[in-house]
Amino acid sequence: MALDSKIPEGSLAEKWSKHKFNLKLVNPANKRKYDVIVVGTGLAGASAAASLGELGYNVKAFCFQDSPRRAHSIAAQGGINAAKNYQNDGDSVYRLFYDTIKGGDYRAREANVHRLAEVSVNIIDQCVAQGVPFAREYGGTLANRSFGGAQVSRTFYARGQTGQQLLLGAYSALNRQIANGKVKMYNRTEMLDVVVVDGKARGIVTRDLVTGKIESHSAHAVLLCTGGYGNVFFLSTNAKGSNVTAAWRAHKKGAFFANPCFTQIHPTCIPVSGDHQSKLTLMSESLRNDGRVWVPREAKKGLKAKDAASIPEADRDYFLERKYPSFGNLVPRDVASRNAKYVCDEGRGVGATGLAVFLDFADAIKRDGRAVIEAKYGNLFDMYKQITGDDPYTMPMMIYPAVHYTMGGLWVDYNLMTTVPGLYALGECNFSDHGANRLGASALMQGLADGYFVIPYTLGDYLATIGWKDKVDINHPAFAESIKSVTDRQEKLLSIKGKKTVDQLHRELGLTMWEYCGMSRSESGLKKAKQIIQDIKKEFWTNVNVLGSGNELNMELEKANRVADFIELGELMVDDALNRTESCGGHFREESQMDGEALRNDKDFFYVSAWEYKGEGEQQALHKDPLVYEFVKPSQRSYK
Amino acid sequence: MKLTLKIWRQKNNNSKGEFKTYVHDHVSPDMSFLEMLDVLNEGLVKKGEEPVHFDHDCREGICGMCSLYINGRPHGPLQTTTCQLHMRSFKDGETITIEPWRAAAFPVVKDLVVDRSAFDRIQQAGGYVSVNTGGVPDGNAIPVPKKVADEAMDAAACIGCGACVAACKNASAMLFVSAKVSQYALLPQGQPERKERVEKMVAQMDEEGFGACTNTKACEAECPKSIKITNIARMNREYYSSMFTNYEVTVSGGGD
Repeated sequence: MALDSKIPEGSLAEKWSKHKFNLKLVNPANKRKYDVIVVGTGLAGASAAASLGELGYNVKAFCFQDSPRRAHSIAAQGGINAAKNYQNDGDSVYRLFYDTIKGGDYRAREANVHRLAEVSVNIIDQCVAQGVPFAREYGGTLANRSFGGAQVSRTFYARGQTGQQLLLGAYSALNRQIANGKVKMYNRTEMLDVVVVDGKARGIVTRDLVTGKIESHSAHAVLLCTGGYGNVFFLSTNAKGSNVTAAWRAHKKGAFFANPCFTQIHPTCIPVSGDHQSKLTLMSESLRNDGRVWVPREAKKGLKAKDAASIPEADRDYFLERKYPSFGNLVPRDVASRNAKYVCDEGRGVGATGLAVFLDFADAIKRDGRAVIEAKYGNLFDMYKQITGDDPYTMPMMIYPAVHYTMGGLWVDYNLMTTVPGLYALGECNFSDHGANRLGASALMQGLADGYFVIPYTLGDYLATIGWKDKVDINHPAFAESIKSVTDRQEKLLSIKGKKTVDQLHRELGLTMWEYCGMSRSESGLKKAKQIIQDIKKEFWTNVNVLGSGNELNMELEKANRVADFIELGELMVDDALNRTESCGGHFREESQMDGEALRNDKDFFYVSAWEYKGEGEQQALHKDPLVYEFVKPSQRSYK
Repeated sequence: MKLTLKIWRQKNNNSKGEFKTYVHDHVSPDMSFLEMLDVLNEGLVKKGEEPVHFDHDCREGICGMCSLYINGRPHGPLQTTTCQLHMRSFKDGETITIEPWRAAAFPVVKDLVVDRSAFDRIQQAGGYVSVNTGGVPDGNAIPVPKKVADEAMDAAACIGCGACVAACKNASAMLFVSAKVSQYALLPQGQPERKERVEKMVAQMDEEGFGACTNTKACEAECPKSIKITNIARMNREYYSSMFTNYEVTVSGGGD
């Protein structure tokens, strides 16, 4: 099948407004005849469910947590970009568009990104109106800061808890629609399958995590807002529950999976402390505005943070400032991460494991005073101290890169529709806006753009086209079939009664992914990884131990269900990484470099890889969705 | 480290629970409390015993999903969330008692997992500004004094974990409710519905079976996000002033 990205004609600035005019509308009186399912209640899901409820659609929203407010968007710290140009420092919609395209290393779609930049300004207005307590200047206007690689101050923030405040804003709008009866909320309910009839998405099958009841829900359209798949690495900054299951089941039902190997490694995370480690904690990269990254010039094995002050200035290597004088510590995430890895690979890493670099605030505290630094980063410093026992006011932090975000996801067209008609993917769950690398403070922007300002328009067009009578009842045999396959799989998991725990196998998968499909990849490593993952899959289905039953709260069963999908996804990620023999974004392909810097290959890889599921154990089929750049001329990124 | 754990086990809401004792000798001081439980659970699964169920998600102290009443204190000995509590806060050889949140409005689901949907229903009663998507003024159209924005942010920092309820001898939810009421009472965007909001949220809070506040301040002492009890004072003021001044307007029927 040929992929049609449905990018509208016309000049960049006119595409979205023209497209909006061309989209069909649903008559206000008919909106109540349409049912929409929203899976996931993070920024994308909560904002979509609330906005669609406001318009008059009947919405059912689902989350696996105990409340929609727990979704992992809540953990985003740093901020949200918007092209407001409130600082009069030269920002514009075009500049935000350009920075995002460039930051994504020319692997995102021009039209989608320009739309994102356009609606960014509406997002801020919307959130302010909801009572989101953004940081303010003394005169009462909104405050901004420069963030991760941007040379203008366009990032809006609420202390170090921006994601929390934006999510609680969307959650409040969602609550209002729940109270109005336009959204029915299903907490502690996990989606396990998409039901497709006559080529269209008609509903989902879910499991009530408390009672174990497996149920059908039908609708005119299904929106997946289920976040990213960073937990395929076991250790990541994602919440423990974050998973790929909804997206993966959709993939198996016909939704193509795009650029699965595009994952983002975040440079500023707290290093691993031992085998018990269950997740990694991100320190906001806003810290790089004032912190200086360094390691000793000569290797100092096991150097502790409290002894860092003993290293004289002349013996320190501020490697980002040295290699990238114009951007210094504010180089993009991938550059910062990769360089931290290099100095550690050279043996110059610090801390007990040698897998860490210093992030030092001594100069900033000397320059601005402790009070100023405390006002900016107080909660982050407290969090760091809480976890490590070290006080960053008196000694440097130690940081190391960790998996943070996945740019890949379900393939969508300009309307956010997947290759299955009626099935949409919003936010991190889709692939479209961040290319091969996401700029800091852009994830929140995209989640809310999709939910508040894109889907309310594009969904209406589909619904108006199919008409309200085009719906399948839950008594259709396709629902029963789906329930059977979900139940069979669950019974299988519970019956294996092997010797390994789910976490053990998940850890093995994660280590393999980090080693061979992380920051730096090579053909031989990836081939090895593919074999290891196939072995893990075999072992999982013959030797995993899942206790308890299916008709109760059973968190081991939940994990097993998710890890089984991660294993399959892991293999696809490796396939995708094998195919892409170029270095782009955060992905360094060892065979493709120039002077130690990543070398992109536009001649052969100027496309989105979209993978089609071909059945159990079959090699997935690659479809190339060409990137057409009408307005920006791709160049090699340079931050020197 | 070697620890003795006394953990509340309860199959579901309909069955009777009991404490079970576990000896855990694979504890490192650098583990978080939840990682300590992960390791315990991994050992239990290997022995064929059902693991201890507890709620958790972000493990960064922000989602509010983790709970646990540890040695008689919500989230344990430090003023932080359980996921941010590390084993270096405990002594080798110590006995640790772990219970679920205890409150009639938070029924036990299983083991240490409780149902906090009462909090959602309180928010649904009025914890929002009634604006639809689109058609709102520019973000800078209404200036907000910095100190007001900061104070609203202090209140908005609440993560909805329920430690305040668990800490309170009356199982009162006043700290939680007052934090949301305060955020909107302070900000200009919250003014149009200020009075109705506090009335509705307090009514729902009572409906859910939470107790009254008797100013013992246990909630403030245990809140992992340092939400201040002054919010409760503000909510009481908001509530009473609303009772005295709020009035209904009968809307006369349609246009032409």
